[in-house]
Amino acid sequence: MSELLHVSSSPHIRSKIKTDNLMKMVVIALLPATLFGIYNFGWRALLLICISVATCVATEGIYETLMHKKLTIGDFSAVVTGLLLALNLPSTAPWWIPVIGGVFAILVVKQLFGGLGQNIMNPALAARCFLLLSFTGQMTNFAPTSGLGKIVDTASGATPLAALKAGEQVDVLSMFLGNTTGTIGETSALALLIGAAFLLAMKVIDFRIPLTYIGSFLVFIILFGGHGLDANYILGQLFGGGLMLGAWFMATDYVTTPITKSGQLVYGVILGILTGLFRLFGASAEGVSYAIIFSNLLIPVIERVTVPVAFGKGGKKE
Amino acid sequence: MKANSPAERLYNGIIKENPTFVLMLGMCPTLATTTSAINGLGMGLTTMVILAMSNMMISLLRKVIPDGVRMPAYIVIVASFVTIVQFLLQGFIPTLYSALGIYIPLIVVNCIILGRAEAYASKNGVISSLFDGIGMGLGFTIGLTCIGIVRELLGSGKIFGFQLFDGGATIFILAPGAFFVLAMLVAIQNKVKAGKPEKASTGTGCGEAACAGCTNMMCGSRMVSGNEEGGKNA
Repeated sequence: MSELLHVSSSPHIRSKIKTDNLMKMVVIALLPATLFGIYNFGWRALLLICISVATCVATEGIYETLMHKKLTIGDFSAVVTGLLLALNLPSTAPWWIPVIGGVFAILVVKQLFGGLGQNIMNPALAARCFLLLSFTGQMTNFAPTSGLGKIVDTASGATPLAALKAGEQVDVLSMFLGNTTGTIGETSALALLIGAAFLLAMKVIDFRIPLTYIGSFLVFIILFGGHGLDANYILGQLFGGGLMLGAWFMATDYVTTPITKSGQLVYGVILGILTGLFRLFGASAEGVSYAIIFSNLLIPVIERVTVPVAFGKGGKKE
Repeated sequence: MKANSPAERLYNGIIKENPTFVLMLGMCPTLATTTSAINGLGMGLTTMVILAMSNMMISLLRKVIPDGVRMPAYIVIVASFVTIVQFLLQGFIPTLYSALGIYIPLIVVNCIILGRAEAYASKNGVISSLFDGIGMGLGFTIGLTCIGIVRELLGSGKIFGFQLFDGGATIFILAPGAFFVLAMLVAIQNKVKAGKPEKASTGTGCGEAACAGCTNMMCGSRMVSGNEEGGKNA
């Protein structure tokens, strides 16, 4: 009887999915790309990844202790941020680059705005752009380091994307497999796609944002790239640079994506167009990071114009 | 301190109602010209000279200027002084002139200058208006110099051109760095001010305690200037 009449406040049904489950799955999904990065670029890449993750977790822990807030380092979100940041660094970066980046990501972008769920842009990407603008030389030194893999050396250590922008032909197969220069985690489209397939299978992310992103980017490249339907150019743009890493792992971050389903489609299209604009008409060959953090800022506007009609509202008035 | 005495005006401009960190006025030159300490100092001092002279002139003419056309009249006065200062800078300090660029003529529409003219100089005596201008100008100069020092130090490892260390994060010289540094300094000064024990309110209308509690954005420009009209136009 008392069971039946038990009174409590909502929520009455709780999902088994928790933040730390989701974040752990993202970490697992990033493992193929991480391991491939270490294989490709050597122990230096592993060192940078460890420093980055440790800095992010330590910053979060120290800040929350000092501010007397609930300690949230157990939810793995700082680990994901640190890992994503490290995957966006070149393997030649000095050790203090991930330290500064990690502190900036967690302290300025995440905690000062109120912690997980409140950050206005993706912390890892914001930190990457901060580092890119601050230490341009160190952040764009893509000279191959001593890894186990045989890196296909394009002209003087330039990334395939830069070679593509210079009008050269690129080796699409090695770009797909990942034996190229670039940041630690972005080179292997195959490893990233394996991780993305895992996330899709576990229903952590869905197709909407990545597919509209990549689709609209391809349309933009075909229309304005100046190479028409040249397969080498299109596939090079697709597998080159951070597009795969960005589209599957960073544009789908729950905090910085629109909640509404139609809003997610709009968000994906904006991302694709911006990435195309930055890559084709910008000064540098890469544009995924800037496109994503810029689109992050548009999310409140996107959500406002795509508010779904409430049940019973709308329809024709008689 | 006696209200409207020179010392009180200076204190008010530099500390209590610092235009950069408390009133948040004149943000455009604050963010754009503080790429180095010397540029910030130069911009601040230029503005201070114009502010003091225009305050004095407007206070002298306050009984003559008709109410209906006061804004155009202020603009004419401010623009005259800006033109004089611009020519002087161009003639004697051409490096500073080229570094500040468009921001020198833009002092004409600087909201600190028009704000002080409307809120203070048009209602008060010549001496106190002059010191109000100097105080506000010094407050602005200190604000801009502080931002310039921090940006120059973090961005290129120099202070006033003296190399302290190599390298530095270039972003602090660029536009985003201006926002980071301004926000940091405002946060620090709010923290320092919040730590002080509450003093008995001496100002009119809005007490210090009421303003300290809320954020600068909401009541900084409206209430601290001490009169409603000034807030609207500032």
